[in-house]
Amino acid sequence: MKFDDEPVPGYSLPILPGHVSPGRLERVLRAGKFAITSEIDPPDSADPAEVLKRAAIFDGYVDAINATDGSGANCHMSSAGVCSLLTRVGYATIMQISCRDRNRIAIQGEILGGAAMGACNLLCLTGDGVQAGDHPQAKPVFDLDSMSLLQIARNMRDAHRFESGRRIETPPRIFLGAAENPFVPPLDWRPHRLAKKVAAGAQFIQTQYCFDIERLRDFMLKVNDLGLLEGPDRVFILPGIGPLASARSARWIRENVPGVHIPDAVINRLEGAENQKEEGKRLCMDLLHAIREIPGVSGAHIMAYRQEHSVAEIIETTGVLEGRVPWYPGRDDPKALNPESPGALPLT
Amino acid sequence: MYRMRRWVVRHSRAFEMIYRRFEPVLVKLAPVWRRLGHDRVEAPMRIVEKAAKGALFDCQMCGQCILSATGMSCPMNCPKTLRNGPCGGVRANGHCEVKPDMMCVWVDAWEGSRRMKQDDHIHAVQLPVDHRLKGSSSWLRVVRQQDGTSSSTANRETTR
Repeated sequence: MKFDDEPVPGYSLPILPGHVSPGRLERVLRAGKFAITSEIDPPDSADPAEVLKRAAIFDGYVDAINATDGSGANCHMSSAGVCSLLTRVGYATIMQISCRDRNRIAIQGEILGGAAMGACNLLCLTGDGVQAGDHPQAKPVFDLDSMSLLQIARNMRDAHRFESGRRIETPPRIFLGAAENPFVPPLDWRPHRLAKKVAAGAQFIQTQYCFDIERLRDFMLKVNDLGLLEGPDRVFILPGIGPLASARSARWIRENVPGVHIPDAVINRLEGAENQKEEGKRLCMDLLHAIREIPGVSGAHIMAYRQEHSVAEIIETTGVLEGRVPWYPGRDDPKALNPESPGALPLT
Repeated sequence: MYRMRRWVVRHSRAFEMIYRRFEPVLVKLAPVWRRLGHDRVEAPMRIVEKAAKGALFDCQMCGQCILSATGMSCPMNCPKTLRNGPCGGVRANGHCEVKPDMMCVWVDAWEGSRRMKQDDHIHAVQLPVDHRLKGSSSWLRVVRQQDGTSSSTANRETTR
């Protein structure tokens, strides 16, 4: 039953032949469009309006929104919670699951729950160590690693089985994602690690922040040599980019955020600029242009932590969507607008 | 301990050869283990295995050894116990994200694996750890698997 004052619920699309999920992200990628994803900074609050407000910033600019799962081992609203709010109004979400905080029982339950809500893109992560976050005293779980998580999720979908072998009545229809970091050691192993993730079930990849185009180019060449960018089981790669606020914050990130590689040239460029924040945005746009030209790249993942407003500007200025307007609540039917977006009609 | 385990990785080829000779001997002795009873052999075998592998590899006795697929670098020494490759947090100098003084177990594994004859085993996707096997002898488990007789837990991996 549906109440009159209930928000317009999200709906699933029919699954096309050769697709695994009812989601828009898979459609965009398989259609060969340059896909844009971004991520929401989950609130330290139980207010649903906060989540919807943060999502509305990306309206019309992104194809799917990542709901981070305790990123950097910091406590925030859960990924499943954020996804449930976003799918309710029809956003395409990428639910993140990290192995740091849950064992395989909790994880598989979460996958089913997420899929039932319409969260049909799943990013399987190992997760940062607890020492990086606000609860270093926590017990790290790491019952699975990202690779075995991928394998289990794929078997849930394709073999209709839990890891135990027990049957799942209605399997989750999910598009499986994983993370990769082409910029840290062992560099020559990274393409092989990606191959392993694809073998385990990964269909799309979002990478760690890319500030080194040469390394990315080299990585993509090797990934292509491994034959991972062709055929029906090909992998879609979305390098991660983001605007840096200043040379100081770039230095801080380089030293304190695990796995972020920022070359000196980038820091020098920011330092030499009059307006460092603007220069950070321009650098991000340059990276986006450069990434788009690399063969085999399927899109970009924009992580604009605390600069979410600049995502629209970056995409608009660079024109990477080529006039395409990704779906958002209210695009086709203004009555179905995200109730927290600035264009929402007052509820009468 | 730490220096020993890194030395082993640098000589992974030799250890691979030793293991290739050692494993068939253990398996050939299967009738002996059977006659003595696997349950009775388990405790002394575990002690020997823990002493030898503990000294050489910092073995954590997960009971499902994959050293031959990880360049002789024990993945259970990774603070995230990753059994399929390095995480994205490896430092620029190859050290661990969680323990800055320790070389990443998987940076070592990759180098160790390059030195080995069967250097492609590192590409196999490893199954999740069966925590029931923790503390048990993985040598005896190999024997049971190769010998065909097996308990339900030990056989889990091969039947899937």
